[in-house]
Amino acid sequence: MNSALLVNIFRFIMLLAIQVVIFNNMNFLGYISPFPYILYIILYPVNSNKSGLIISSFLLGLTMDMFCNSGGIHATACVILAYYRPYIFKFSFGLSYEYQTIKLNESLTPERFSFILVSVLLHHIILFILEAFQFKFIWDILLRTLFSSIFTIIISIIIIYLIKPNRR
Amino acid sequence: MQQIFNFIIRNSNRLLFLLLLGISLALTIQSHSYHRSKVISSANFLSGGVYEKINHVNEYLNLRTENDELVLENARLKSLLFNKKDTTKIPLADSIKGVKPADIIVSKVIHNSYSTHENYITLNSGAKDGVKQDMGVINSLGIIGVVDNTSKNYSTVVSILNMKSQINAKIKKSNHFGSLTWNGKSTGYVQLEDVPRLASIRKGDTIVTGGQSVIFPEGINIGTVDKIYIKDKTSFYVINVKLFNDMTNLGHVYIIKSKDREELINLEKKEKDE
Repeated sequence: MNSALLVNIFRFIMLLAIQVVIFNNMNFLGYISPFPYILYIILYPVNSNKSGLIISSFLLGLTMDMFCNSGGIHATACVILAYYRPYIFKFSFGLSYEYQTIKLNESLTPERFSFILVSVLLHHIILFILEAFQFKFIWDILLRTLFSSIFTIIISIIIIYLIKPNRR
Repeated sequence: MQQIFNFIIRNSNRLLFLLLLGISLALTIQSHSYHRSKVISSANFLSGGVYEKINHVNEYLNLRTENDELVLENARLKSLLFNKKDTTKIPLADSIKGVKPADIIVSKVIHNSYSTHENYITLNSGAKDGVKQDMGVINSLGIIGVVDNTSKNYSTVVSILNMKSQINAKIKKSNHFGSLTWNGKSTGYVQLEDVPRLASIRKGDTIVTGGQSVIFPEGINIGTVDKIYIKDKTSFYVINVKLFNDMTNLGHVYIIKSKDREELINLEKKEKDE
């Protein structure tokens, strides 16, 4: 239990650091940037404390906002993703998700991929809607969401594989 | 009473979610109004410090280009110095009209964003160096933005690539005024709006800051006219301005202190009160 907490704190700090130092500086074509820091929310243990997840996601988003000068958009998107995570679990793995221990960082099955896909899409669309804050940019929002999501998913999967190499 | 407690305990996660969602939405909405939240900005100790550390590394990697720029600027200044015929006049340290060297704070960009609709720049000088809100920020090529928040050692700047920014500007040769905004599309171009159609403008004309604002002195370079079109059903031009500055690559900048600013504001306030 204690080691799980330590792993989470370590992940929180490492992902934030990597995001701020490396990925915030990535801009493909001027507007496509990845946000793999939400891996913290995606990889949070399934059966752990839910209020802990919501609070830590809020702090995660708020720290990102501090670095991006963006008010509260990352915080909002992270809190919403953290709260709706169980529903996405149900959607991707079926109803009995709580009884099996899902380890996301093993081999990539279609269920795991769909879970990451839905989470990233949800987070990014909220993020970009709040960032633009006007409906006249709706195409811009959808385009940014689409391309940034693809980018984020690719980098997230690479990071998952880097953290836990298959021991065999 | 018992039931209220039970309700709270049963729905603790939902209530927590709603509370945090409320806080973050409030911060978001506040950030979209002009003067922003003082807490969540990169001018604070933590993010300012981290950005400064990152910038040290980046700066080291970019030493060559920075050197090249300095050599070019040196050459330009030297040529100015040697070509000066009247030696009794001491040349200004900076070539900006109407600004004394004492009114300039030299600062460095430690973080620059340009991929969102509302972009901010973080500088490594703050209230300690005399930076205050609403001071203008320029570099040797042209204008960059207006100071928004300051902390002790850092300050954030509303970049001209920010849809909230509005700067008074004019066409250099004809003195027709307009306001400079950004449509959120390209980092190399800004838009000059509300220019009357009486103005004769051609592609390639220079756009400079106008004298109507108290933030920038008159005549600082902004860019050249790239495309001219008419906003539907109005008698005003909208001009696409190609910036002199590459906003994605900024190094050292100058912050302009305007001494007359407070005098002007007080005067206008007096006028309104009467």
